[in-house]
Amino acid sequence: MSERNWPAEWQEWAEASRATFPNAQSSLMPFLHRVRSQRGWLPPEALDAAADLLGMTRQHVNSVVSFYTLFRSEPTGRRTIHVCLGLSCMMAGADTLMENLEHHLGIAEGQTTRDGAVTLLEAECLAACDLAPAAQVNLVYRGPVAPEAFRELLEMPVPEPEGWVPPSAPEAPEVTNHG
Amino acid sequence: MGSPRPDRHYLLRQRDVSGIHQLAVYREHGGYQALQQALEANQPDQLVELTKASGLRGRGGAGFPTGMKWSFLPKDGRARVLVVNADEGEPGTFKDRELMEGNPHQLIEGMIITCFAIGAPESYVYIRGEFLHGYERLTAAIREAEEAGILGERVMGTDFSHRMFVYRGAGAYICGEETALLESLEGKRGNPRSKPPFPAVAGLYGRPTVVNNVETIMNLPPLVLEGADWYRQWGTEKSPGLKVMSVSGHVNRPGNYEVPLDWTLAELIEAAGGVRTGHQVKAVIPGGSSMPCMPASQLDTPIDYESLVQAGSMLGSGGCIVMDETTCMVRAVARVVRFYRNESCGKCTPCREGTFWLTDILDRLERGDGEMSDLDTLLDVSDNINGKAFCALGDAAVGFLVSALKHFREEFVEHITGQRCPLGARQYDTVNH
Repeated sequence: MSERNWPAEWQEWAEASRATFPNAQSSLMPFLHRVRSQRGWLPPEALDAAADLLGMTRQHVNSVVSFYTLFRSEPTGRRTIHVCLGLSCMMAGADTLMENLEHHLGIAEGQTTRDGAVTLLEAECLAACDLAPAAQVNLVYRGPVAPEAFRELLEMPVPEPEGWVPPSAPEAPEVTNHG
Repeated sequence: MGSPRPDRHYLLRQRDVSGIHQLAVYREHGGYQALQQALEANQPDQLVELTKASGLRGRGGAGFPTGMKWSFLPKDGRARVLVVNADEGEPGTFKDRELMEGNPHQLIEGMIITCFAIGAPESYVYIRGEFLHGYERLTAAIREAEEAGILGERVMGTDFSHRMFVYRGAGAYICGEETALLESLEGKRGNPRSKPPFPAVAGLYGRPTVVNNVETIMNLPPLVLEGADWYRQWGTEKSPGLKVMSVSGHVNRPGNYEVPLDWTLAELIEAAGGVRTGHQVKAVIPGGSSMPCMPASQLDTPIDYESLVQAGSMLGSGGCIVMDETTCMVRAVARVVRFYRNESCGKCTPCREGTFWLTDILDRLERGDGEMSDLDTLLDVSDNINGKAFCALGDAAVGFLVSALKHFREEFVEHITGQRCPLGARQYDTVNH
């Protein structure tokens, strides 16, 4: 058992994952999913905990986390919007939907708003072409979302990560005098 | 004309019976009778023979005969494993999502029948990470089945015991490839494995493993109840039965349609409400974005596996994307190739590097900055990927591109000579930070 003092629920989840998937390293992804849905992303200590509690090297945990797009190891918003840019959604106006969200939020795809609340990501085909243009907010489907109705994605009620912590206030930009 | 449309749904049963995702409703409408019959009145081998006789073929993409796949398992006494591929990610395909969300018990029933047939005490569903609702529906259904004695020790009071697990992927198209899926299920990066050994010999945790698609397995309950001849009333000799086709793009009613395999593309599009009112079909990708496209002149082609191959495409997973005359083929191809670039696992060079080169060139063409020599380069790079990549993702990346260059070359040329899109497709305008 671990020597470090991990949150009690993480220890429970690790045990449950190991009990359900005892073979190979199969307990890792179920554990990461639970932390991800609790925090909204995977902070470094969660990866340490995974390695420690599941008996794997930290390198292995990193190799897995870096492979899968839903496992994000950088701070991610309380609300994560995935806009599908697949072919059928593109034909239904998904690019304009994405543009509208970008311009409204003042961020580019892949970024998080300054207050840390919303992360905007492009999704590969979400297997919802019947709902084109389709999107997911915290993995809840929405569609069709007409490009001009982009606000639906910011307003629709969705389950939010309970353990999400807002990022610390951004530091004032550093001013360097090159003169 | 193809076979008449069936008078009811056999797979998308939620369309006819509301609430069928609940055990009580499923049972009220005949659910788990097939399992009971299979366990009480059949030997496992009979079920394999029944599946062979029906001609059922894999609905995930390759179309391999299902009963034949099962019979490749070595008879060495080792416990077998069934893994259901629910990592539906092929652009244009959305049938497994609706099937699992709406009718999860039929998947569970089909899995237990399959596991009894092949001798598997354990089975796994590898479900796409984005399918949160489907995951919740499926796990709730499994819990109901466990509580009712349908799963676990002594299934329905017989000597057969079975445990079922659901494992979530986390966003990687390549995990739909069966050996990449097995790697992921073992808690690793989803890189495809070398074959041989095939999963039938050494699959999950080294055990003899069958990997089947969701829709394939869901055919088992009606097949057990109704028999192989019933199944063969639809489709053709080599491609019998019903197929859930996902129709999307420029049609009036995008959605899943459960149709006989001898319908034509035109009949399928008609079922989906026809092409957008006031427009004409320009091209159709019949089986997901990995498959070559077909021009409107080929809409009379039946959708069975053989006819589509003969017409230069494939049925694949049944993701039928309909494009009308407003669609810029360069832009469509660029989008699809970009998808494969993003989803290439990076393990082998032709796929990893080739898809990057193709994406660069296609972006240039789309912007109106292309040169005539780019068209040859596209074909040359495609040729260096096709058949030379480690797994099928490489081939998949170039199917649409090469077919579009064949059928719509003029449109590519116009992008070069006119230095812009002749259809006025606009560029994506991102916030620049």
